[in-house]
Formats: sequence, C-alpha cells, structure tokens
Amino acid sequence: MNPRFSLVLLAMAGLVVAFAPLPVSFTAPQTRTFELDARQFAYSPSELHVSPGDTVTIRLVSTDVVHGIYIDGYDLSVTADPGQTATLTFVADKPGSFRFRCNVTCGAMHPFMIGKLTVGANDWLYRSIGFSILAILGLLSARPLITDY
Amino acid sequence: MELTRLPLLKSALKSRYPQLAVFIVMLVGYIFAILAGLIGTPVGSHNFSIVFVWIAWWAILILVAVPFFGRGWCAVCPIPLPGEWLQRGAVLAPPDKKPKWLNLRVPKMFRNIWLQNLSFLLLALFSSVLLTTPTITGIVLAAMLFAAIGLSMVFERRSFCRYLCPVGGFIGLYSQTAPAELRIKDKQVCAKCEGKPCYNGSDTGYGCPWDVFPGGLTKNTYCGLCMECIRTCPYDNIAINLRPFSADLAKPSAKMDEAFKAFIMLGSAMIYAGVLLGPWGALKDAAYNVGTGAWFIYAATFLGIIFVVLPGFFALALSLSPGPSPNGRGGGVRVFSSLSTSLIPLGLMFWVAFSVSFVLTNASYILAALSDPLGLGWNLFGTANAAWRPILTSMLAPAQTLALVGGLAWSAHTAQRSGHEANVSSIPVIVYCFIATLIMLWLLL
Repeated sequence: MNPRFSLVLLAMAGLVVAFAPLPVSFTAPQTRTFELDARQFAYSPSELHVSPGDTVTIRLVSTDVVHGIYIDGYDLSVTADPGQTATLTFVADKPGSFRFRCNVTCGAMHPFMIGKLTVGANDWLYRSIGFSILAILGLLSARPLITDY
Repeated sequence: MELTRLPLLKSALKSRYPQLAVFIVMLVGYIFAILAGLIGTPVGSHNFSIVFVWIAWWAILILVAVPFFGRGWCAVCPIPLPGEWLQRGAVLAPPDKKPKWLNLRVPKMFRNIWLQNLSFLLLALFSSVLLTTPTITGIVLAAMLFAAIGLSMVFERRSFCRYLCPVGGFIGLYSQTAPAELRIKDKQVCAKCEGKPCYNGSDTGYGCPWDVFPGGLTKNTYCGLCMECIRTCPYDNIAINLRPFSADLAKPSAKMDEAFKAFIMLGSAMIYAGVLLGPWGALKDAAYNVGTGAWFIYAATFLGIIFVVLPGFFALALSLSPGPSPNGRGGGVRVFSSLSTSLIPLGLMFWVAFSVSFVLTNASYILAALSDPLGLGWNLFGTANAAWRPILTSMLAPAQTLALVGGLAWSAHTAQRSGHEANVSSIPVIVYCFIATLIMLWLLL
C-alpha cells in the first residue's frame, strides 16, 4: 500500500478512535446513594459505578481515624471524623473513570488510600486500547512483520 | 551532534569544581534526608526524607533524568563520594598511584548486574513500608552510603555503583534509550594511545571509576557519566553527543542479567500500579504488613510474576514464533535475552505512566515539607500549612495513555529490529507487549 495513503488512513482512524461517540445505553438519571466505609487504608466498596446525570450521594463513614474523600476530576471533597458520617452530594455530569482518594493524612499508607468512581463507560480505557491497536497496525504497515525474519 | 564542542560546556566538564559544587549540595541534601528520616516526624507526607526522596527526586529521576540524560543522575549522585574520597585519600588532589586500601578487583562471578537485580528486588518487596515510613527510608539511605564506603575500602573503583546499587541497575538499563551518550571520537586514537590513562588514570585524573574502557563503549549501560575520562584523555578524544532516542537498542544485548532486569522493572511497574494506585485495599494491607502471612503471599506472588510468569510467557511466545528455530542459531537463551531488549522502552514508559500519577497527586506535599522538613512545626518559607491538593489530575489519563501507547509503539519498533538481528519473527514479542500494555491501561485508567 502507498505509504502516504496508509498514513492518511491511520490519521483518520486515529481521529475516529479519539472522537467517535461510544455506544451507550441511555438510562434516565437516578438518585444513587452509597455508604462508603473508610478505614486505614481502604474504602469499602472501593469501586462505585453510576450513570451520567445521576445524582450521587456518598455517605462517608470513618471507622478508625479521620478520613476524607477527594474525587479527581470533580474536585470535590469531604472529611469524616471517627465514627461519624459525612455526606457528599453531586451530579455525575462528567463521564469516565476517576480515582477518589483520602484527603486527610491518616497514616503511613495514606497516599495510596484510593478508590475508583466510574461514570458511564470508561471512555479513556476503550479509546486507549483503540490507540494501541492503531499503533501496532501503523507499525506493521510501515514494516510488514511476515517478512522480517 | 557533539555537545562538547560548546566551549562553555566543555570547560565546565573539564574542571572538577562545578561538579564538586553540585556533589556537595547533593551530599548535604542526602545526609539531611537521612537525618530527617531518623529524627523527623513519623508522618511520611510531612517528612523531608519521604517527600523529597520518593516524590521530588523520583519525579526528576524517572520523568526527566533517565529518559533524557540516561545516567545523568549518576553524574551527580552523592552516594559514592565519601567512599571514593577515602579510597583515593583525596578530594581533588592528583591521584596517588599507591592504593590507600585493599583495592581488590571484584570477583568475576559478581561482575554483572545480578546483585543489582537482587538489591532492587529486596527494596521492592518492602516498598510499601519504605515509601511511607521515614525511619525506614533513613535507614536504607544510610545503609547505601555505608555500603558504598565499605566496598570502596575493599574493592577498587566504584564497585557499589557498578555492581550493587539498586537504583543504578535500572538507570543503566533505561539509559540505553536516552538521547545522550559519552563516546570516543576516533577509535584509532584510542588504539594508539599508550597507557590508556582514561582507564588507568594519570596525573590529570583518575582511571575510570566505573571500570569501563571508554574506547570500547558501545552502549550507555555501564558508563556513569562521571566525566573523568574527559579530564584524563590526552588527545581530547572523548565527546558527549546528542543522538536519536534508543540508539543503543539497535544492537540488542545477549546477557541474561540484563534481560531479567527488563522483566524485573516491567513487572514491578505493573505490580505497583495495581497495589499502590489500584482500589484494592487487601493488596495494600498485604504489601504493607511485612512479616504477616498475607505479606509472604504478596512477596511470593511478586517474585513469581517477575521470575516465572513474565519471562515464562515471553519464552512461550518466542517458542511459538514462526520462522527458523532459534536453537539452530546459537540457542533459544540468546534469542530470549536479545528479544527482551524490546521490553526496555515499554518498561520505562510503564514507570513514567505510574510515576506521573503518583507524583502529580502528591507533589503539593513538597511545599509543606520545604518549610517544615522535620515536621517540628517550623515555617521557614511560609508554606508549612500549604493544603494538599492534587495537580492537573484532568491531564492524568491523557498523559498516561500517551506514555503507554507511545511505549508500546517504541517497543514494537525495537522488537522488529531485535527480531531482524536475531533472525526470528517479532510478532510474538509485539503481541506480548500489547497484552502487557492492555493490563497496564486497565490498572491505571
């Protein structure tokens, strides 16, 4: 295949992978409430899944020392004293996967006290897989593997 | 492009004083990190030793120094200094030909990087404690300093850096990808040179502390960029060059210790991404609670992934490779180690993707630790109460994708060249790298 044509094809495929909307199953926004237990150095449940547009309420219960929660991407946080419950409510209007982490120094492993919030599909993961496939295809088209030994 | 043609740079490298000035600043910082670890607050995120070693230094090392300058860190690392000064009996004075201490040659069986592989793994198994507990960080930093001193008293040159340093091993591996190198200008000049002062030393400087003859350098792995040969070469035949990325990987290594270093680093990055940055609390508990049953299972799994799973699947992939049998061409072992060179860019980019997340979310601790390095309530620069705040988290996923996909393409390209060199197909290695990248994407995104 003409190398220039391959390059154009790859660039177009790259744009599709980057910007094409992913198939989503539409669900009407709901109100979702999670009781999130926090202890040194983990959340339970550690992974939360909601749909885009959902109104999410997290009731953070700290079971040992002071803990908090900060949600990457949403820039929201709340802290809870031991034995107490703190509440954080927000509309999950940004799709994707976000880490949430403790925002109060709570002990040695505090920087690694992390959970995961997924709003809708994990777009970045799927697009990254697409980019990986494209990277390999691009390399193959530049230098076919079948004849490289 | 030869950088040493720039007169200012050349004179700065020829003189010992600029490097010494940097060394002294680094040594003071290093000793302060040890003291902070031992006498400062036990709260890691407020202790200079944790914040400056595992966040600031690590960020500079893995995101800048190694990818762009290769062994640039080794050029200013303070760890070998006290030992080297004692070994020479001088700091800057011309070398004395008479050895001050035992000056033994390192036994041949240890002249490889297996000890560095083991020392890295030893720290890696305890990394959750090491990264978060100032006392342990202080003890490890001190132990490295004293080990370097001790080895300098017994063995010649920088034996600690060359054969034992847990950091130097992987810096050497990944330095092959860097766009900078120290090389000779003209082989004939070296061939005719009498006395080989770059290796043996002369009145103008010391013989190569890294036990390398610059005339034979073909890759960055074992050159510590100490610049001593630039000072000793009587023919001005040593140059620092800019070059394309990963130039050293064009000629793949066939050494098994280097091959396993690639697996160790690749596996460690993946395990850390899952254990430290993942949402699984049980894994963090197991990694942190050293000595418990869960930790032993974690340690066994860690070692199993690195020594059995990753190399096992790699060997299996190679055995399924179409094309001529590797056994017919000098053996599968040689092909295994040659093709493992392809994992070097992938491993480096895995570490970049892991580190960028860890560093951006914790960098704000640097401001507080700068003002109150020991956690004693000081406020030297008015930033002691700076609030923790992750930086640029919206850029994390794109940055990690760029690193991981870029690493995959880089490794696949290296595999094509290595496969061509070893006369085997690179398809299995590319598939292997693709699967490893998918796992890392899943762990990080």
